[in-house]
Amino acid sequence: MERKKQGMILLKVLKSGIVAWILLVLVWRFGAAFYTDDFLPGPWVTLKGAAALVADGALGTDILVSLLRVIKGWLLGLIFAIPVGLLIGNFKTAGYIFEPFLNFFRFVPAIGFITLFLLWFGVGESSKVALIFYAVIFPVMVNTIAGVRSVDEALIEASESLGANKARTFFTVVVPSAVPNIFTGVRLGLSGAITCIVAAEMLAASEGVGYLIYTSRLYYRTDWIFTGIFTLGIIGFIADKLLQLVGRKWLCRFAVR
Amino acid sequence: MYIELKNINKSFGNFKASQDVSFGVEKGKLVALLGPSGSGKTTILRMLAGLEHQDGGDIYIDGKLVNDVSVQDREIGFVFQSYALFPYLTVAGNIAYGMKIKKKSRQEIEEKVKYLLNLVGLPGLESRYPDQLSGGQRQRVAFARALATEPQLLLLDEPFAAIDAKVRKELRRWLKELIEEVGVTSIFVTHDQDEAVEVADELIITNEGRVEQIGTPFDIYRNPKTPFVAQFIGESVILRDYEYEKIRGYKKQEGASSAAIRPEFVKVVPADSDVEYPNGYMDGVVAHADFRGSNLELTVEVNGLELKAEYVLDEKGLKKGDPVKVFVSRLYTFDEKNAYTVINSSLQTGEIYYI
Ligand SMILES: Nc1ncnc2c1ncn2[C@@H]1O[C@H](COP(=O)(O)OP(=O)(O)OP(=O)(O)O)[C@@H](O)[C@H]1O
Ligand SMILES: [Mg+2]
Repeated sequence: MERKKQGMILLKVLKSGIVAWILLVLVWRFGAAFYTDDFLPGPWVTLKGAAALVADGALGTDILVSLLRVIKGWLLGLIFAIPVGLLIGNFKTAGYIFEPFLNFFRFVPAIGFITLFLLWFGVGESSKVALIFYAVIFPVMVNTIAGVRSVDEALIEASESLGANKARTFFTVVVPSAVPNIFTGVRLGLSGAITCIVAAEMLAASEGVGYLIYTSRLYYRTDWIFTGIFTLGIIGFIADKLLQLVGRKWLCRFAVR
Repeated sequence: MYIELKNINKSFGNFKASQDVSFGVEKGKLVALLGPSGSGKTTILRMLAGLEHQDGGDIYIDGKLVNDVSVQDREIGFVFQSYALFPYLTVAGNIAYGMKIKKKSRQEIEEKVKYLLNLVGLPGLESRYPDQLSGGQRQRVAFARALATEPQLLLLDEPFAAIDAKVRKELRRWLKELIEEVGVTSIFVTHDQDEAVEVADELIITNEGRVEQIGTPFDIYRNPKTPFVAQFIGESVILRDYEYEKIRGYKKQEGASSAAIRPEFVKVVPADSDVEYPNGYMDGVVAHADFRGSNLELTVEVNGLELKAEYVLDEKGLKKGDPVKVFVSRLYTFDEKNAYTVINSSLQTGEIYYI
């Protein structure tokens, strides 16, 4: 009895993923012992560096600014990519015309467009948002299209035999059936947005987590680079968890898991 | 005729899924399309629903030519083999789907949903989702959904195929009663003979895209008209090359070289029994005896032939090697095109004798 209980607790601890974190810190600490703080700062040094950044408010501002950009680019991307994906998935002709673009550009990473976007959209916010937008739309479109195309044909026929026309069937059968795939696209889009924030903020930015990482190299503040990296990871981790939570709560009827 | 198909043809590429299919269904009847897998049953049903379009021929519903009427406007209830319930809608949402399209009032929809759920024996399950139902319950919801729009014709594609054997039997009877109560003309597809015979008023036997025979279950069972039907219905033993001549009471029929013999027409008694038509019986030996609960399934050897028979268990029973007397009361001979019912001649003379 007692042993079983202990086993259960152990399993819970394992499942929480905490082991990975402990392992990471241990290896990091061990590795850092062999190098200078400028080359590879240890956890403690990084934490102190981070504390300094938090204290003067810089990190808070950076996070806020980056988040705002991510959310802007991501939302704009969703607003564009979901409807377009639905249309391409639903109408064969649209598919023939637009899918080649999709299958071409989705292999060109956002980072390849940095200079061009700077040129086209200027040094202000729009170039950064545009870059994130670009990173978001492809995973969202590809997944949305896949979702539409995997709709159970029998459901469509059932809807039509009950008297629904094409448009009604589209909104009451095709779209709801595609929700799980669309949601996967939305999640991938978010991770794409966060991943590309560093690239976006390398372009003439003066604030943001990406800016922090990029400029810290100029001062040899390796601990700040580490701080930035962890911040990004944590932001992504939390954002995805939140999104999953929202999905489970509001979209469970569409079999989102 | 309420439903009428005239010379329907349909090909998928080079493959002819329907060949010159013609039949009619009277209003209020429950008809089964029965045939082996791939014989074109679903194709016929889908063309009737307007989900598929025939290459040639006409379909009439209630006297109206519907060739160019779309699925949406055919007013047909279709129950899919996989049920095709909308997983993201509740039971009530599913049943209401068609009524909402018809712009029924909220109150009317609510009442109808309630009425239908009572009718199909699932009261109170309005707010469940399909994945919270058993297979049989989903089937019933699919049925209620199809009936909700008061279709002029109900089509069911293998409605019980995905349900386990025991529940299936219950559902069959339930469906028959329900359809009678609602009074809707219905056609259902099945490849299960027992199901077709038990449920349908009339059978349409399909084979390789053609209609082989149409008739009441009794009629088709007693008098198969084509070689296919003679062999397909029941669990017949097939004899070739005029072998049936070796059975006492049957003469060679020129042209019809094959015969189908069903176990229920083969009477077997222990060798020492008294029998009614002694000159119709042959001497034989039990080759196999399989216990089937209430009866024995026998294979008997008679004049070099192996025949199957059912034997109702009495006190003695029979076992392998026992000598028996065997009487074949009827069989079906057939040639390339037609099947004929032949009665044992000693029975016929017997009748004359005793009258
Ligand atoms: N869309 C299609 N494209 C190509 N061939 C098809 C199509 N639909 C049906 N067929 C073919 O037509 C034939 C008849 O199919 P159908 O589904 O009507 O048979 P069925 O009698 O319903 O069989 P089952 O009992 O297995 O459901 C089959 O050989 C099938 O392969
Ligand atoms: Mg079928």
